[in-house]
Amino acid sequence: MSTKIITPVREFADLLPQEYQDLVARGPYFEPKGIEDLGTFKEIIEEHPHCAGCGVSLGIRLVAASLPSPADTVIIGTPGCSFFGLTQTAVNYSNTAFGNQNAVASGLKRMLRIRYPDQHKDVVVLVGDGGIADIGLDLTLHSWFRREKVTTIMVDNEVYGNTGGQESGMSKQGQVLNMAPVGKQFPKIPVFEMAKVSGCAYAVRVTVASPRKVGRAVRNAILVAREIGPTYIQIYTPCPTNLKFPPNRTLEVAREAEKDYYAYEEFITEEAANYLARL
Amino acid sequence: MVREQTVVSPEHLFFVAPREEVFITGSEAVAEAIKRANVDMAIAYPITPQSESMHLVGDLYAQGYLKDYYRAENEFAVMAAIHGASLGGGRVFTATSGPGTLRAMEMFPVWAGARQPIVCAFMCRGVSLPPSIQPENIEMAMLLDTGMMMFHAENAQDFYDMILKAYIIAEKPDVHLPVGVFVDGFFVTHTRDKVMLPAGDLKLPPYNPQHAPVPAFDMETPPMRIVRDPLLIKSNFISYAANASWHQEVMAAAQRARKHIVRYMGGLLEVENPHAKVFIAASGTAVSQSREALRELRQEGIDAGLIKIKSIRPFPEEEIVASTVNAHLIVVPEFNAGGWLAREIKAALNHNSRVVAGPRVFGGMTMPKELIVNTVKNALKARAGVS
Ligand SMILES: Cc1ncc(C[n+]2csc(CCOP(=O)(O)OP(=O)(O)O)c2C)c(N)n1
Ligand code: SF4
Ligand SMILES: [Mg+2]
Repeated sequence: MSTKIITPVREFADLLPQEYQDLVARGPYFEPKGIEDLGTFKEIIEEHPHCAGCGVSLGIRLVAASLPSPADTVIIGTPGCSFFGLTQTAVNYSNTAFGNQNAVASGLKRMLRIRYPDQHKDVVVLVGDGGIADIGLDLTLHSWFRREKVTTIMVDNEVYGNTGGQESGMSKQGQVLNMAPVGKQFPKIPVFEMAKVSGCAYAVRVTVASPRKVGRAVRNAILVAREIGPTYIQIYTPCPTNLKFPPNRTLEVAREAEKDYYAYEEFITEEAANYLARL
Repeated sequence: MVREQTVVSPEHLFFVAPREEVFITGSEAVAEAIKRANVDMAIAYPITPQSESMHLVGDLYAQGYLKDYYRAENEFAVMAAIHGASLGGGRVFTATSGPGTLRAMEMFPVWAGARQPIVCAFMCRGVSLPPSIQPENIEMAMLLDTGMMMFHAENAQDFYDMILKAYIIAEKPDVHLPVGVFVDGFFVTHTRDKVMLPAGDLKLPPYNPQHAPVPAFDMETPPMRIVRDPLLIKSNFISYAANASWHQEVMAAAQRARKHIVRYMGGLLEVENPHAKVFIAASGTAVSQSREALRELRQEGIDAGLIKIKSIRPFPEEEIVASTVNAHLIVVPEFNAGGWLAREIKAALNHNSRVVAGPRVFGGMTMPKELIVNTVKNALKARAGVS
């Protein structure tokens, strides 16, 4: 990465809000940082418009703190609550049409390999459950089938948060939501299972109640995507606003889900395991 | 394997390099353009009548002329991946037709809004229903306000030249917008025509992302504001004003392209017999049919002229006004049911009752020159008060 990307114009530097100055001066650019260091560096601007207690914003923060090379990472998103926080992280971020993220990432990753053949430029997709499981399912699966070297991360709040609490394919069966007035009629879409059979070399299902596991998964997934193939992480990031629980119960809700139906699971191919062991 | 080619200036490739005549299809003309365009990456999805050209572009990749190429899963994915590849700071190409254009629709304003100099060929065809794979250019009407620039080729020679020139115009720092290069499918793609080509070992200079008004998305240059801070996450006057001015800048960039279109393409339109009182104004293959009609009209003693419109966006409003000041009849033949070109011309002119919006053919019908001749003669009779 060029340091120009983070150097404010001298004449305007003192006009930057303190948070931005911190993002520049104490961002995670050149020293390895991890979940354990959270609070000692600036990975995200706190003045973002997520609701209080938002699981998605916590998921983004954990991912942002775990990138192995943030200075050479670009994040591709899509419409959804995740863009509130992602636009405020220390790394570059783009989102355009809903559901197109894995196709955009495919083209971008290939072009960065053409332009920087001797450098790792990590392309990470970070979007909601609706963005992956519903409107973008075909493009997600096809990027895996094609073995695109991209890491895909779902922040799964089991609902369309951004548009006001509608049913998503990842909502739980029976849950009453907007556009599911008598309860959802079918189970959660098994995206995690699909990742295993669609070409992903590494996949993890985890919740925000286990931050260290999230951190390890993000790191492994990005490293495996550099050399071996596509990787997938599905993080349970509950939404207090639309699932209507008090915002101070987010971690509890995640912990309960982890015990119940959102158990930690890791999938890794032999090739990916050997590769990680060699690092 | 990388192909050894000599980089030459655009001016040399377009105007100086000796050319030889070949007899090729429009699809082959596309491949001849891409061979010389120094494209980094192309992405394809098949649809008639586009497919053959993208097969040939794939062959160019296999021969080492391009650095990457793949078949994607659908046109929305193609145009999204092309957007991503262009964000990465390289030169890209793709093409589609009719239903593929509509399937990908959401991405075209994204290209323009992201200020990406993407070149996409459109081999126009009918869109369902009723289903048709036949030539028809109604999809152009649907793209008029996406922010993309739009050039309409008459024949294989135009198609070859316009694709190459589109890159150079699109990549000008004061433009930096996507360009669609359109032809009427089959008529141009699937017929052979004489095309003058420079040597195949010449190519354009590479795209230079350092000259772009918006930086590449590679963590080497400061990010573009619009991707870093999407304006939609703030709801206040400043964000609305920023959003509006961004749109205005996209439109202004297309206007700034005019001088480059004049320089490289010889103008946004061409006029034959400028002093005529009767004009046929057309774009695409309707121009070729109009030339035939013109010949017949002259033989019958009717002194008519021809306006060939090459650039649809930006649209040559002033040039059309200037070339028709003395005209009392302007006939606009089109290969679509909607009559979008006639609407554009009517909107540009005072006294637009001079415009006859037709003849129009669609659904795969051809446009016999007699149809145009009769439209002109009937309009002249009606205006003279003779029935
Ligand atoms: C083509 C298109 N359709 C619909 C929308 C509206 N939309 C924006 S975000 C969103 C839901 C996002 O849900 P999810 O992906 O689960 O993310 P969350 O907001 O829950 O984090 C929808 C339906 C859109 N922007 N574009
Ligand atoms: S609606 Fe839910 S997911 Fe969206 S910001 Fe609020 S809490 Fe987070
Ligand atoms: Mg969601």
